[in-house]
Amino acid sequence: MNAISQDLSIAKAEERRPIDPPVAYLPRSARVPRRSLSPGAPARYGSLLGPGLLLLYWSVLSMSGWLDPRILPAPWTAITTGAELIREGRLQEHLAVSAGRAMTGLGVGVAIGTALALLSGLSLLGGYVIDGLVQIKRGVPILALIPFMILWLGIGETMKVTLIATAVFVPVYINTHNALRAIDLRHVELAETVRLTRWQFLRHVVVPGSLPGFLTGLRFGVTSSWLALVVVEQLNATSGIGYMVTLARNYAQTDVMLVGLVVYALLGFGSDALVRQLERRLLGWRRTLGR
Amino acid sequence: MSGWGPSPAVQVRALTRSFTAKGVLNGIDLDIAPGEFVALLGRSGSGKSTLLRALAEIDHEAEGSGEIRLPERLSVIFQDARLLPWMRVLDNVLLGVSGQRARAGEVLAEVGLAGRERAWPHELSGGEQQRVALARALVREPKLLLADEPFGALDALTRVQMHALLRRLVDAHRPAVLLVTHDIDEAMLLADRIVLLDQGRLAADLPVALPGAGVARRARMAELRATLHRLLGVEDVAEDHTEAAPPPATEVRYG
Repeated sequence: MNAISQDLSIAKAEERRPIDPPVAYLPRSARVPRRSLSPGAPARYGSLLGPGLLLLYWSVLSMSGWLDPRILPAPWTAITTGAELIREGRLQEHLAVSAGRAMTGLGVGVAIGTALALLSGLSLLGGYVIDGLVQIKRGVPILALIPFMILWLGIGETMKVTLIATAVFVPVYINTHNALRAIDLRHVELAETVRLTRWQFLRHVVVPGSLPGFLTGLRFGVTSSWLALVVVEQLNATSGIGYMVTLARNYAQTDVMLVGLVVYALLGFGSDALVRQLERRLLGWRRTLGR
Repeated sequence: MSGWGPSPAVQVRALTRSFTAKGVLNGIDLDIAPGEFVALLGRSGSGKSTLLRALAEIDHEAEGSGEIRLPERLSVIFQDARLLPWMRVLDNVLLGVSGQRARAGEVLAEVGLAGRERAWPHELSGGEQQRVALARALVREPKLLLADEPFGALDALTRVQMHALLRRLVDAHRPAVLLVTHDIDEAMLLADRIVLLDQGRLAADLPVALPGAGVARRARMAELRATLHRLLGVEDVAEDHTEAAPPPATEVRYG
């Protein structure tokens, strides 16, 4: 072994000698080559660029008078009206109700989606029973369920939360289930040779192995929850952001409608960023292109 | 656990396996003594991996019959290190073992990875990953170590280092070893006995018995190599390189 490493060090020393015709080497060869197929390291708040540009465009249109405030008020109107609504206490009140609904629906939906994915991914019978049903459910738009939901559950909070949960569990199920089925068979073999119990196998192989898929599902699920929220809050609600917007529409208060829209956008963007943060935290072991 | 004294560590009787697509085994009888190092040689498709997978009890897709008697403490090393990418090195070593963190640290030091307990698998070179797999196998103090071409994916220099490491570890821990390989020199250097598999049958069972050093050792190696080449049906190639030429040093990794 020693002899070999000595030989190598000699070979390296020789390599370092300057090469006679310098023409063969372009100056750029001294640089560390950039990994040309990768988009490069992401900037910290890079994902704010797109929204920022849109805001700029909108501001310019409003300021120059191209945009009639009755069609779409200026961005700063949203801020002043929002501040006013907060001073009156209405915005927080509606926001709390809406966020509560969305979070409850999200929680229930994620729990159901994950449980069904585990059942269907880890047992054959579970797969036969559950997977087909979910695929059918996936084909039915949530709007089409509303009449039955109202018939079965009334027009109260239960119906609203159920609808949100129904919208959330599908993407969570599908992505988690896919990830479960993609678990490397070699890792299963390994688990067998080190004699993991069923529970240890779940904890050390199944859960971490399907976590990337689950988190993707969660991101879609969060978006779905806000989407479903908007729908259910247009139905006989007496509180919540959606109710506030419906009311404002009746009185043609475009600025309040705009505040509602901005709040929805902020909630959606913020919660998605939160899940992505979670992703980065939990999947630190991965080495991927677009981190 | 104690009853393995003079009786074989491994006993295989009339083992038969068949698949719809790949390899078959046809009435294999094999004994491995405690602490004995057996290399299982054969061309690809001869059934050597099939035999190993049968012993490791991971050949669920196979059909067959026969009797296998194995020690309870058994470890398997695969061609790939097969580390769980979401676990740090120490947790990979301790997969399925409770407690024993200190012991795992010792074993990691033994395979030359002291201080790398907190590293992620993707931060290690191929050779280092295979060392972790070795540590994972050894921390269970196996009575039988099954290794399925464990060095097949490593570059030549790393492989030489790993041979020395495995030999040292086996001498220290004394498990019985069944090493599947297609590398004749690897088999001769490491094993006490070479078993040759051909079309699912045991074709030969040869003691290695290399003398310590010098001319006698080289002569015995040449003789054994010639025998194995003949049995494997690759005649007329072996005569010249009794001492394997050092491999081209293009891809050096001090794994």
